[in-house]
Parts: sequence; C-alpha cells; structure tokens
Amino acid sequence: MDLVSVEGAGKTYRLGEVEIAALWDINLSVKEGAFACLVGPSGSGKTTLLNLIGCLDQPSSGRVLVTGQDTSRLGRREAAIFRGQNLGFVFQGFNLLPVLTVYENVEYPLLMVKRLPKVQRSEAVARVLEAVGISDQRDKYPDQLSGGQRQRVAVARALVGSPALVLADEPTANLDHATAGMVIALMRQMRDQLGTTFIFSTHDPRIVEQAETLFTLSDGRLVDTKAGLAGGQEVGHA
Amino acid sequence: MLNTLRLAFKNLTRYKRRSLLTGLLIVLGVGAVIVFSGLSDSFKRLMIGQITDSMLSHLQVHKKGYVASIDNLPLNLNLPPQAYQRVKAMLEAEPGVAALAPRLKLGGMLSNFETTTAVRINGIEPQAEDQVVPDLRGRVSGRQPGQALVGRGEILLPEVLARGLDLQPGAEVVVVATNREGSVNGLPLRVGGVVASVMGPGGRDGYMHIDDAAELLRMPKPEISEVVVRVKDFNKLEEVAGRLKTELEQGKNPKGLPMFELHTWADLAPFAHIARLIDLMTIFIKAILVAVVLISILNVMMMSVFERVREIGTLMAIGTTPGKVARLFLAEGFILGLASSLAGAALGVGVIAALHATKVSFLFGMGQRIVLAPTVGAGTVVGVCLIVVAVAALASLQPAMKAARLEPVEALRHV
Repeated sequence: MDLVSVEGAGKTYRLGEVEIAALWDINLSVKEGAFACLVGPSGSGKTTLLNLIGCLDQPSSGRVLVTGQDTSRLGRREAAIFRGQNLGFVFQGFNLLPVLTVYENVEYPLLMVKRLPKVQRSEAVARVLEAVGISDQRDKYPDQLSGGQRQRVAVARALVGSPALVLADEPTANLDHATAGMVIALMRQMRDQLGTTFIFSTHDPRIVEQAETLFTLSDGRLVDTKAGLAGGQEVGHA
Repeated sequence: MLNTLRLAFKNLTRYKRRSLLTGLLIVLGVGAVIVFSGLSDSFKRLMIGQITDSMLSHLQVHKKGYVASIDNLPLNLNLPPQAYQRVKAMLEAEPGVAALAPRLKLGGMLSNFETTTAVRINGIEPQAEDQVVPDLRGRVSGRQPGQALVGRGEILLPEVLARGLDLQPGAEVVVVATNREGSVNGLPLRVGGVVASVMGPGGRDGYMHIDDAAELLRMPKPEISEVVVRVKDFNKLEEVAGRLKTELEQGKNPKGLPMFELHTWADLAPFAHIARLIDLMTIFIKAILVAVVLISILNVMMMSVFERVREIGTLMAIGTTPGKVARLFLAEGFILGLASSLAGAALGVGVIAALHATKVSFLFGMGQRIVLAPTVGAGTVVGVCLIVVAVAALASLQPAMKAARLEPVEALRHV
C-alpha cells in the first residue's frame, strides 16, 4: 500500500519579478515500510520535495497524499496537527532544544503535541532511547553530546510518537563517515523493528548504498527511480 | 498549560544574564513605584487626617454664601438659632453622620495689656467639638486630663500668638470684637491652653466657649457660623455628602433660594489640590513603569524570537501548532513579568517596612516637621503587580504573534 503518493507536484518560488521553478511535475509513490532515499546534487530539489511530503510546504501544482490524505491544501494549524500525528523529522543540524535534556527532547512530541499521560510517555521514551542506544545519556543536555549522539536523540524524537513516516533531510551531513553510517544503519534498524517508513535525502554516495529505494533528482526533475536495492521494499513510480 | 510554563521558564534561563537584567529593571521599577506610592499615600493620609481630625472634620454646613466670604468671618451670614435647629435635625436624621458640632466664628483683637494683635476665634461647644475633631485635644498643651477642651472664661491661643505675646496658660488677656450692629465689646479671659499650629484653614485659630463668643458678640442666643460634621465611614463621605446636599437643598429662604450650603473637607482645604497632584504624580510614575516594562519585555522577547527562528521551525515541524508557539512566547513574557513584579513587590514592601520602623522626618512648610511612618496597602502592591504582569503579557503579544506566523519551511532554513 502506498504511504506517500506525489502526483504531478511542482513548486515555484517568486524572487522579485522572477519565478523560479524548484520542482517540475514530480510523480512518485512510496510504500509502507520503505527505506527510501532522495539523491541528487545541491539545488536538485531534494529538500523541497521532502518539505512537500512533510507538509512543511505546499505544492504550486499537483498534489501530495500522505497516509491517503491530500495534504496539499491543509491550513497551517491542520498541517501542524497532521505532522504531529503522522510524521517524524530528522534534521541535518539535529535541531534539538538546547534547554531540554535528552529525555525531555525525546518526550517533547508526546508531552506538548500528543499530550499523552506521564506513564505512557515515560514508557515510550525509555523504549525508544533504548532502541537508539542512548539510554545512559538521558539526563545530559545536547551540548554535552557528540554529533552522532545528538543525531541518535533526533532519531529517537522522530520515532517516539510511532509515526507512519520519518523524513530525514541530509541526516548525516554534519557527521563523519563512520558516524553517518551508524546513523543510517540505526534508521534502517528502526524501520526493521518498528516498521516505520523512512525517506531521507543525501548527496553522499557512500550513504546512498544503504537505501533500498532510490529517487534521483536533477534540476527539480525526478530523473531516475531504482527499487529493490539491498533487498529493500518495493516502490512504485509514475 | 503547566508544561508550557515549565518550558517557557527553561527558555528564560537560556540567556540568564539578559533575563536577569530585564528582570532587574522591572524589579527596581516596581520597587520604586511601591515605595513612592507608600510614601505619598502615607503623607496624604497623614495630612488629610490632620486636617479633618483637628480642624475641619469631614463636612461643614453654612448659610448660603458664607464660604465665599469665609476669610472675613461675616457675622451677617450666621445661621439664626432656629435655622441651626433645622440643620441639626436634618443631620441627625442621616444615618451616615457620626457627630456634629456648631461653631461661632469671629475675628477680634487680642491684648495682653501691653500688645494687641488680630485673632481668629472659633466659639465651640467643647464636648461636641471633641466628637467631630478628636485630634484637636492632642494639639492643645496646658490642659489637664479630664478637663473640658475649653471652659467658660478661657481661651485657647494659637501657638504663634502665644509665643509672639509671650503668653502662658493661666495668663490674663482681653479679647475685643465688633458685633453685627457695629458695637464694640471686650471680654477678659484666661489662657486655658496653647494650640499647636498645623497646615490648612483654621490651623492657626484660637478657641473659646461658644457661650463666651455669643456674650462677646452680644447675642442673646448663639448664632452659628458653621456646623461641623463627622461621618461614620470616611470612605463613604461622598455618598453621605450627596444625600445631605439633596436634603439641605430643601431648606429655602423667603425668596425661595437655597438657604444652606454643604462642603466636604476637600472643598475647604487647599491641601486637596496637593492630594490630587500627588495622585496624578503616582499615575505618571506608574505610566513610566508601564513604559519600562513594555519596552524591556518587548525588546527581550523580540530578540528571543529572532534568535530562535530555526528552533520555532523545528517545533512547528514536529507538530506544535502556531497557537501553542504563540502561547510559549506569551508564557515567557508572563513569567518574566510575574517573577520580576513579585521580587519588586518584595523589595518595595521591604523598603517601606524599613522606613516604617525608622520613620521619615522632614520639614513641610512654615517650619512644620512631619514625621511619617509609611505603610503601603495590599491593594496598591497587588495593583502594581497586576499592571506589570498584564503589560508584560501585552508586550509579549507581538513577538508571540510573529513567532506563530513564521512559516516552518522558512524558519528551518534560517541560519
């Protein structure tokens, strides 16, 4: 079953009087449980496409369906609620809240977004911290952690609400190669354990090898789709 | 909400020095306003208390037109005995009135047989006067405990005259006055006491028994220049005055014009203008505090939003709604305002308590020394804190709305 379906999506920006196209007529679909990667050089439209799938931005044309819902026309509040209920995000710069401990950072989506009771929160946070192997750092603040540890926390925060889809924009860009490999391996492990669908972007060819499905973008166009890599999931494309 | 407040508090600790400096500014502002309010209110209360409890009492009733000529002490504008009885009946029927006393006021010449000087005298009924101006007795020196405020054949002299004429209690003097018909009469009296001066109308008047005053003016029965009224509850003064005015307006002369006039202490004492000026200054100082809080909180919150654009984008990306983002920043301003106002209130109350214990002494006009033991009411402290908290929340509104309006995709791109 398709978890994500992008149908003829395009995105243009206005820069003064000039209209710049960031994406042209993108058609792709990602099945549940996929471990998909968007590749392409800088400026190819990877981040823009992730933003559309992640309801952070709206397409100028076409539509984006996530979990069967057309998210293209959601209002700001509805989009935020949809993200909180269905999506998880991992950012290149980790984007942890510096005033919160590891535990509190991971707890945030459950406390402030999903408003779960304390018992459920502590169970879920403990489980996910254990899964990403960072339980022993739970009381530390982000500035007391290494880059790899921070990204593990970010992955834990993305997964703690059991989202259907996790989007990771260049999650390894700020990490050394070994740590980057570990983070990607961790994400894949989480997909295997929890069945969560992952879509991440990168332009690092060594990380690309980890992907099971590969979407290649160039100048805002989807130019290639490879499925079934490394024994990964099936994927459809337009 | 509690979680939002907890997160907001943690955010405030992110830039400790900035939060502390902003808070300190508000603390000093709140403290200063409370100290000023405490001092000015206490001074006002002391002066009003002195004026009403030793001279004017709360209300005064005169024959229509008397107050306009009060500096001349016009004998032709006195109330005849029947008119006084009518006023007295009206006043006694009013439940808000605690006590009333008649006065016969006159101007005369006082002589110690060597020197003669002008004097303003209130002819009073001693027991009634004690009821309407209970602090007058405390200003009189030379009286024995249990003695009437002033007895027949006695005069209480204002201290400036007693000093100038070198008169002590027990000394013999003569008072000469002209009555309404123009005939002059003199009355030998003994100095029964010396009245300490206070600021305000009547603050340098002498006192004698009302029957002596009537005798001096050759009145078969005392006529009344003014009826002095004390109300039961000073806070309801305007209410009582309003009712009495309506009642007294029914008293008409043969021409059908109003026969009586009623004034509150504030109508008669120039200090009422100073009191209003003090109130205005307090409002002005509170306005400065509002500006300080508004600018400092607005500044710190705007900086906070600008520095955390990317973080706001992250919060929105992981599902925080714009409303919750706005509430988070509002909560930060609210906490900063609340904590600072509470600390400022503690500082202000502490300073007032210290001043109350040590007492403030200063000269106020004509060499009069005022000793002030200032206090500040809970209402004032709570009011100032509420203003600060409300202004802090208001000042946070614009930055909070700005944060809530950020587009997550733009905010995440922010460097």
